[in-house]
Amino acid sequence: MELLTEVRWTPYAVGIGIGILSWFSFLISREPISCSTSFARTSGGIERLFRGKKVELKPYYQEIKLVVGWQGMLVLGIVIGSLISALLSGDFHWQWVPSLWASAFGNSPVLRVIGALLGGVCLGLGARWAGGCTSGHGISGTLQLAVSSWISAICFFIGGILMAQFLFKVIG
Amino acid sequence: MQAKESENKSKRDKSPLIWGLVFGILFGFLLQKGGATKYDVIIGQLLLTDFTVLKIMLSAVLTGMLGIYLMKTLGWVELNPKSGSMGINIIGGLIFGVGFAVLGYCPGTIVGAIGNGYLDALVGGLAGILIGTGIFAALYSRLKTGILKKGDFGNMTLPQLFKVNDWVVVVPVAVLIFLLLIWLERVGL
Repeated sequence: MELLTEVRWTPYAVGIGIGILSWFSFLISREPISCSTSFARTSGGIERLFRGKKVELKPYYQEIKLVVGWQGMLVLGIVIGSLISALLSGDFHWQWVPSLWASAFGNSPVLRVIGALLGGVCLGLGARWAGGCTSGHGISGTLQLAVSSWISAICFFIGGILMAQFLFKVIG
Repeated sequence: MQAKESENKSKRDKSPLIWGLVFGILFGFLLQKGGATKYDVIIGQLLLTDFTVLKIMLSAVLTGMLGIYLMKTLGWVELNPKSGSMGINIIGGLIFGVGFAVLGYCPGTIVGAIGNGYLDALVGGLAGILIGTGIFAALYSRLKTGILKKGDFGNMTLPQLFKVNDWVVVVPVAVLIFLLLIWLERVGL
């Protein structure tokens, strides 16, 4: 039980755990672990609330379908699982500004939220453009040795490393 | 291939939703225990000062790949690789990377970050991602016939690309990942 209340596990224990989880998600659900399609469905669902059924006719939503699927449940589960882990170890706390951000750009929650919003727009656009994210391409796709996923995962890190250097070494 | 994909999709849509929730809870639990729900850990990786994220990903890929390919060889599972093209994966990947560095979370870890109590993820990041995916949906019909088609290679895997038996790729990739992880520990990263 002490294991469950520890704040951090070694990255290898976590990675092996995620790898084993991927076996069972393939075996039981025939689904790779992936997240970003659910955001596109949520976004379309919100737009549908305001603009009505015609939103479903957009070609992209015809392809992914605006439904709550297996993956939507997975994403909901991630919130719950992370909350349980954080509560068990006493690592849960409300926080607006992460310390590394604060060290470069100051303590203003408004600036951090604007940054997160702009970053989120790029991330959401990029995830749909690439057809997957760090989980769908970065883990589930690369472990299947998919060509599309290896190219994507490498580009995630090239873009991310260059932008992080620019943000923290040039601007911050 | 299109027909096979939609057939796979409809087969998968029938899989019980409860398992999605169970796998999600376990995945979120592991991400939080690994520190991957934290901005500082993710940005530390992109600044190349903290290699936690890469260690998690590489050990997940190593473990997952060996198991999935063993089960594929035994005929227990079918692979489900995503199709892609240079226009899709290179350009999309680089846009994603820029967002990754500015936001400091990715679509999976941001929901974990929300569970961890991080309000920048909930208020700023989540809204941004929803806007970004909406922009893609609005642009989709124009992109689909243009840039997304450039350098199309379909849903190929590396063994198919090299026209070899799966294990001819799986074993060297496993060894390389293993050596890379050992090297990261040796140099103290």
